[in-house]
Amino acid sequence: MNAVITDAELEQHGVTRDEYARIVGILGREPNRTELGIFSVMWSEHCSYKSSRVHLRRLPTEGPAVLQGPGENAGIIDIGDGLAVAFKIESHNHPSYIEPFQGAATGVGGILRDIFTMGARPIAAMNSLRFGPLHGDLGGPNRRILEGVVGGIAHYGNCFGVPTVGGEVGFAECYSQNPLVNAFALGVFEKDRIFFGKAAGVGNPVIYVGAKTGRDGIHGATMASAGFGEDAGAKRPNVQIGDPFMEKLLLEACLDAMEKGLVVGIQDMGAAGLTCSSCEMGARAGTGITLELDAVPQRESGMTPYEIMLSESQERMLLVASASRADALFDVFRKWGLDAAQVGEVTGDGLLRVRLSGESVAEVPNGPLADEAPLYERPAVPPSKPRIDGWLPLYSFLDGAPGSTYESFREADANPGAADYDALMLRAVASPNLASRRWIWEQYDHMVQSSTVVGPGSDAAVVRIKGTGKALAMVLDGPSVHVARNPREGARKAVAEACRNLVCSGARPVAATNCLNFGNPEHPEVMWQFGEVVDGLAEACSVFGTPITGGNVSFYNETFREDIYPTPVLGLVGLIEDLSLVTTASFRDEGDAVVLIEPGSRVEHIDLEEERALQNLLATLIRDGLIRSAHDLSEGGLAVAAAESCFSTLHRRPVGARLHVPSRLEVCRDLFGEFPTRVLVSTRQPGALIERAARAGLLGHRLGAVGGQRLVLEYEGVRAVDLDIADLERVWADALPGALNGRPLFD
Amino acid sequence: MKFGVVVFPGVNCDRDCRDAVTAVTGQPVEFIWHQETSVEGFDALVLPGGFSYGDYLRPGAIARFSPVMAAIGAFARRGGLVIGICNGFQMLTEAGLLPGALLKNAGTKYVCRYLHLRAESSETPFTCAMEKGRLLHMPIGHGDGNYQADRETLGRLEDADRIAFRYVDGDGRATAEANPNGSVSNIAGIVNEGRNVMGMMPHPDRSFDRILGSEDGRLVFQSMIGALSRV
Repeated sequence: MNAVITDAELEQHGVTRDEYARIVGILGREPNRTELGIFSVMWSEHCSYKSSRVHLRRLPTEGPAVLQGPGENAGIIDIGDGLAVAFKIESHNHPSYIEPFQGAATGVGGILRDIFTMGARPIAAMNSLRFGPLHGDLGGPNRRILEGVVGGIAHYGNCFGVPTVGGEVGFAECYSQNPLVNAFALGVFEKDRIFFGKAAGVGNPVIYVGAKTGRDGIHGATMASAGFGEDAGAKRPNVQIGDPFMEKLLLEACLDAMEKGLVVGIQDMGAAGLTCSSCEMGARAGTGITLELDAVPQRESGMTPYEIMLSESQERMLLVASASRADALFDVFRKWGLDAAQVGEVTGDGLLRVRLSGESVAEVPNGPLADEAPLYERPAVPPSKPRIDGWLPLYSFLDGAPGSTYESFREADANPGAADYDALMLRAVASPNLASRRWIWEQYDHMVQSSTVVGPGSDAAVVRIKGTGKALAMVLDGPSVHVARNPREGARKAVAEACRNLVCSGARPVAATNCLNFGNPEHPEVMWQFGEVVDGLAEACSVFGTPITGGNVSFYNETFREDIYPTPVLGLVGLIEDLSLVTTASFRDEGDAVVLIEPGSRVEHIDLEEERALQNLLATLIRDGLIRSAHDLSEGGLAVAAAESCFSTLHRRPVGARLHVPSRLEVCRDLFGEFPTRVLVSTRQPGALIERAARAGLLGHRLGAVGGQRLVLEYEGVRAVDLDIADLERVWADALPGALNGRPLFD
Repeated sequence: MKFGVVVFPGVNCDRDCRDAVTAVTGQPVEFIWHQETSVEGFDALVLPGGFSYGDYLRPGAIARFSPVMAAIGAFARRGGLVIGICNGFQMLTEAGLLPGALLKNAGTKYVCRYLHLRAESSETPFTCAMEKGRLLHMPIGHGDGNYQADRETLGRLEDADRIAFRYVDGDGRATAEANPNGSVSNIAGIVNEGRNVMGMMPHPDRSFDRILGSEDGRLVFQSMIGALSRV
């Protein structure tokens, strides 16, 4: 069965000569082609984390609420009342570039399976997206990618029946040929009913359920472990096709079977398909698995063992049941109209044995295959100069904006006295990074399951937990411009901002998941960025007490040798102890006082202790009922935050505000500049609030009051901005649909 | 009074409907699996929203062949109350229990948002707790909600006061801008000739609690309870 493996074949599999030698060492012989394929996917960057693992060890992963840290299908936290929450974020960047609709759809499908595999019913989904600019040379392709990605997410999530409650979308040049699609999902279950991917119990049947296996997605994991050149289109067959209806049936059937106590171990077939699920389940339990490929339900005829083992056909699960209850398990799947078949058996010898027509076609030890991928400490060298200049992080929303908008702000910043701030305000809210995302999230069902308390558009999404008075808040944050400028600092800011968003919504941050999107790890500056980001995340997560319970690393985000910005996306989950604490960014009643809370100095660098003081203060103010609305200041600074708080909501039309902006630097920066650790709140007790801010070592500026139909921002006695709020909202609301129709307001 | 929520493979508002009916009416609610052949013992049936059979072929087109549909048809002919919400409305038109058809939204995209409805009749078991002309704040979430019927059918619906809801703006006007999906005459919900079967695209099952944005959906279920207790 052995054949000589050529260099060309190794290259095709993304396996180096050294790795090959290691495979030969493990097997004690040369692998055959099926075995080489099995090793190549399991040892791909995507599955093995071989370049990142040495760094990821530095992340904090433990805490009092953590029931399950990294290494399983999803992280799990305890939220009290006997309940637990499983959540995770994962990337589907490469497939989404090649085939935006299906790439994004199957990304959603994959993360949902990770959640319900553990026994949790998914109750919320979010996504973090990055695209190239919608204008200019690549505007057309970028618009089509965006429309495809959004359509794919909507298609999958809506049909499956999970509300897509929030997320974030950013634009920058570096994502033109490499969009990012990071999908997050969260599920709730009873904490004593967690299921794991373990093939326990020698002699137990191994059962396959779900869609039939086809030739789609073979080498998807390997594809996700390389950059793109001119042949990107040729990789389209590597992208899988999603069937959310099938997944919905799988969800209900699996939860039904778990409820009935019929499941010993379970894992979904995602990247590296049958190979990954079987060898990981065996490795975790210290057992072996024998697979009979003739029994695997197949969609196409004449599939080779290589193809069956490496297929990434979607909507498939692998289960281990106890031998005596397998029939009851098959009954459940029959009820839901699902194909299920026994495809193998758990053995005691630790080997993954693959057989076809009675013949052995592969025999590999599970443990080394799953856990002994080579680890690389790749060279890391800081770049000679930062990726972007020092000015841009002051106004990070300008990245990916039309050139005229960028230039307007550059001029205003250089000569603040001469600028037209009404015009700048209009340009700011119409810029791609700040424009309303309604066109996107209206395509997502964000209300199914009737638990969405705060949907897309506020600082964090809030979903109630039925049967309790509690709710969960969740947010995704990836300030890529700040990270590109200074990876460590940017990562700290990402964690701080995500936690601030949760606190603004009335929650206490509990735990995090992360998706680390980077360029080519073989580039030393990319590995330097990676190490810096991990250290920044580790530090900030420790300060805020939010361990990272899992996530995903996506390397090789490069096209034509251009690496993307280092783009860590943080997913933070917080607990709201009582629904009465839920707070949103929107101003509420005319006459409410508006207060800005910030540290003593307005600098770009974030001080995590000041940040913690601010968040603690805000949390107690919300608990004591002093806060009517709370909004984090981020992209576009104070001016944009104020406008967003004024815009219409479900319950009211747009409302104006008249605010005096305290002068600390100069007008352009004080209005639009981005400085950390600031929140804009409205209150009926400004005096008490400001006094309590002072006691916490923070400044509370009483800016003015909510009311009227105009947003007026006064600066040193002059009306810098004076706009009809409904007009401003219209510009903000129409900007994205306009740009997608090729009619940008400014260009 | 016992409510039944019919579960077809792929529907995803079955639990929402159960929770809404329970919260609003306090009456027992049971799920009915689509392969049941009897709906004996139920006083009212809810066909929930979602994507039955993945909406393959056409929304509701495969669900109408489920065994339970025959029983639902017989139940409806006996005068039993049947409400189809969203995908449930699509099933009812596919099954011929309501006239007309629901096409792809005029904008071709799925739309999920809150909007305003106007109760066009208080003379149905589903709207009798509302005065005619009452505005309701309710969400939609669908890709195929564009109600169309031939002119003759529309005339009959109008003449017999069988239009239950129209999409309107915040001031109660049935304008083109207020129409989210291109439905003829801004129609959001209709009843059958016997007035005991209603289909509507908006979701009362998502608007039964103020914390969700509105509790106007309660009026639909309260109407049903009112009508049932008068029988």
